Amino acid sequence: MSDAPTFPANETLTDERARELGHELGLRGDEYDDLVATLGRVPTVSELGMYSVMWSEHCSYKSSKVHLKTLPTEASYVLVGPGENAGVVDVGDDLAVSFKIESHNHPSFVEPYQGAATGVGGILRDIFTMGARPIAVMDPLRFGDPSRDGEGVQSADLQRHIIDGVVRGVGGYGNCVGVPNIGGETVFDPRYAGNPLVNVLAIGVMRKDRLQLAKAENVGDVAVLLGSATGRDGIGGASVLASQEFDEGLEAKRPNVQVGDPFAEKLLIEACLELYDRDLIAGIQDMGAAGIACSTSELASAASMGMDVDLDKVHLREASMESWEILCSESQERMLALCSPNDLDDVLAVADKWGVPASVVGTVVEGDNLVLRRNGEVIADLPARSLADDGPTYNRPMQRPDWQDAYESIDAEHPEVPGLGGVDGDLHAFVLDFLAGPNLASARWVTEQYDSIVQGGTVLGPGMGDAGVVRLPGSNRAVACATDGNGRWCELDPREGTRRVVAEAFRNVACVGARPLATTNCLNFGNPERPEIMWQFAESIAGMREACETLSVPVTGGNVSLYNETRLDGESQHIWPTPVIGILGLLEHAEDAVGLGFQDEGDVVFMIGAPTAPGLAGSALQYHLDLPLGGTLLPVDLAMEAALGEVLHVAAQQGLLQSAHDVGQGGLIACLAESSTAGGIGGTFSAVEGVDDVQALFSESPGRVVVSVASRNVRAFAQLCQDAEVPLRDAGTVGGQRIVVEGLVDLGLDEVTAARQGTLAALLD
Amino acid sequence: MKVGVVTFPGSLDDHDAQRAVEVCGGDAVQVWHADTSVGDVDAIILPGGFSYGDYLRCGAVAHRAPIMGAIADFARDGGPVLGICNGFQVLCEAGLLPGALLRNAGLRFVCRSVDLVVENRDTPWTRGFADAGPVSVPIKNGEGRYYADAATLDALEANGQVVFRYADGDNPNGSERDIAGICNEAGNVVGLMPHPEHAVDALLWAGDEARPMFTGLVQAPAAV
Repeated sequence: MSDAPTFPANETLTDERARELGHELGLRGDEYDDLVATLGRVPTVSELGMYSVMWSEHCSYKSSKVHLKTLPTEASYVLVGPGENAGVVDVGDDLAVSFKIESHNHPSFVEPYQGAATGVGGILRDIFTMGARPIAVMDPLRFGDPSRDGEGVQSADLQRHIIDGVVRGVGGYGNCVGVPNIGGETVFDPRYAGNPLVNVLAIGVMRKDRLQLAKAENVGDVAVLLGSATGRDGIGGASVLASQEFDEGLEAKRPNVQVGDPFAEKLLIEACLELYDRDLIAGIQDMGAAGIACSTSELASAASMGMDVDLDKVHLREASMESWEILCSESQERMLALCSPNDLDDVLAVADKWGVPASVVGTVVEGDNLVLRRNGEVIADLPARSLADDGPTYNRPMQRPDWQDAYESIDAEHPEVPGLGGVDGDLHAFVLDFLAGPNLASARWVTEQYDSIVQGGTVLGPGMGDAGVVRLPGSNRAVACATDGNGRWCELDPREGTRRVVAEAFRNVACVGARPLATTNCLNFGNPERPEIMWQFAESIAGMREACETLSVPVTGGNVSLYNETRLDGESQHIWPTPVIGILGLLEHAEDAVGLGFQDEGDVVFMIGAPTAPGLAGSALQYHLDLPLGGTLLPVDLAMEAALGEVLHVAAQQGLLQSAHDVGQGGLIACLAESSTAGGIGGTFSAVEGVDDVQALFSESPGRVVVSVASRNVRAFAQLCQDAEVPLRDAGTVGGQRIVVEGLVDLGLDEVTAARQGTLAALLD
Repeated sequence: MKVGVVTFPGSLDDHDAQRAVEVCGGDAVQVWHADTSVGDVDAIILPGGFSYGDYLRCGAVAHRAPIMGAIADFARDGGPVLGICNGFQVLCEAGLLPGALLRNAGLRFVCRSVDLVVENRDTPWTRGFADAGPVSVPIKNGEGRYYADAATLDALEANGQVVFRYADGDNPNGSERDIAGICNEAGNVVGLMPHPEHAVDALLWAGDEARPMFTGLVQAPAAV
């Protein structure tokens, strides 16, 4: 550029110094070169800070993009797919539902309470940015196993600290902001000890015509920063700038973890919803990672417009903040809204009514540049698109890991279980101990710490059905949502494991009687720069594509969390590859919802779907017996899953089902124990034929659902299954206070309840 | 019967309380925290939630809101006032009910159904119950442990001011003498920690056993 602009001295860098700083901020040499080529000059300090955050893995999805693009994303009812803040589907009745899942893994290890709390806050903002009132959250959580005390990160004390903090954080934020928690998962496995997975899913509802877009379309519109003051929290990698050049010592040592204020979020939600109701907003974007840098560039880029932003107008917590700190701050509970200058007074009045601080920070302008000013001087001037959308993209090398061979060489299907197959021992005691393990025990210790009823719509809360169900306000419709993941399956075979996980989430939504509509995914993986991890990722996406296509549940959004690894003795250990799948479904009539608990004496029990097959690779039984992870996953029959889902949905609509519960982790015995304890009534069940006794009780082979049907409805239900070509097998009768699997086990309902109820409290209180 | 439901910043169950009134046959209107008049309402509910984030102390900020003067006047004139959960905490802070709510004995937030015995059916809020129950009503709070000194507790018992008690063995938070809800001496001001507004709809998991609280209120002639 011949007439290179001049910038204030404290923003100006030499090429050499900028390259060096860029490197420390995580910009690769070639990325820095791209940046210089884009700008036609050396970046300013502020620009370097912004690009380093926006081009990071977290913001730019540079390693995952090429794979994510292969996922199915479309259906007639999908209103908004990936790329926006959250997916949106049309659910009829003039209503649209927004949903998305996100991770807050690393912050939750560093500071469990605030990490989890701000995770909830962030996903809620994604939902109400779309125009929707958040109506439910779910929290799939994965920790180390506090029942297996060990050294270092495996210590039960550390795990207790993390689990207690995360659960209090999820509750502390969600309870205070007033969004019911309707389910999730709690999984314990030493592989997550040094890197817990804290994923949070949120669901919101809006009138269809109130859908908001993150676009700056009208020249002259003003940008209003709503919410908390901007402070020095959560400045991530950009803090290196301080330590290198501007710091006098103290700032650099400030913690990077953001602090959540759910009360501020509640007010922000109400203010934004009132702004939407009164049609005062032309575009809106939340402030997550990279704060103002991200929201201004995304709003401008989405409409191919420019924006002129004056950082002096930003309401700050500390007046002494540097420009790059203001731009990259991740202070929570903030939104950037665009409105016509004519509506500005009304917008500010709404903010004032709800006690939400607001300041006018910028204007939408012609062109496509983002111009930032401080003290009257331009400190950054860059193409908005280059920051928001034109980040680097990599097709990273992949390689099937050597360790796969070891897994495949293990015979997982013939473990020795006390009292079965000629092995000595007490099967009764073994089963009780198995059911009391932390992964199969009741999660009530967790779920009772969450408000699951606020907003008056919760039909099925945590533990009541295979999915959570909330009735939509002002309607008789309800949405169902389930989240599922299985890192052990995905480690054994990322492609098949992921197919199974999608199938399981689909099945769980169908079990409550809903028609599954769409998918959101939270992809928790290790370091993508390792070819083995990238192979896991690519295989997993391939499996997801197959399953989502066959089951007609397109992906509408989600989140990628990479670099989930722990250093142990100088070696990097990856977490189990853990894609967590959330599937949203619709019930036309909320009263059709089907719970998982058995209901009435004499109800007839069937197992429907796929036959029971060998299914102990990566199973709860393998874990409980402390056997090495291994074995081969037989492929899930996706066509059968689709048919099974349809049968469950239609049967629920016709009122034929008393209960439905899929056979998942822990196999048939866990399924029966859960349906019995949830309903407070047991039953007598027949052992599965065609497999050995160990498989009969413990196999986790997919595609199976245990339903109970009132005797008067048996004929109609059997006919429905026959017409859909879904196999149906007699499995027993509901009744009594015992759980009897004929010829194998005879358990008292009270002893099973006691065994499952006390585990988590004993480990964690 | 027109019931005003107060919305403070951070109120969460205000719309649920309005809906409960409506499904039980009454009319509900919002009463705004910053107003100084309650308007022409026949009864008032202070709903659950985290008014002002529960910062400082539950209910400590809300009880100084502009609307509270009008509510105190309304209560003094015999108007029916119900405080649910955070609303109960606000009424205690305001001195309209005796005692205080402390952190739960287990030091954790608790959300589950509890069985409640209705011990006083002579208040405008409990006259709809046909018998003492127990009724199943959900609770959800972190600071629900009712506390007062022994003399106050004795007086409450003697005057019949204990309106709701947790059924034997079902005290979720360590409340003194299993007290879940109380009233003032006149009986028109009632506060309780459980959430009756979430137990008016059989379709929802919390059920509908608390309907008599609202049907009893709205079906009787206006109390003022």
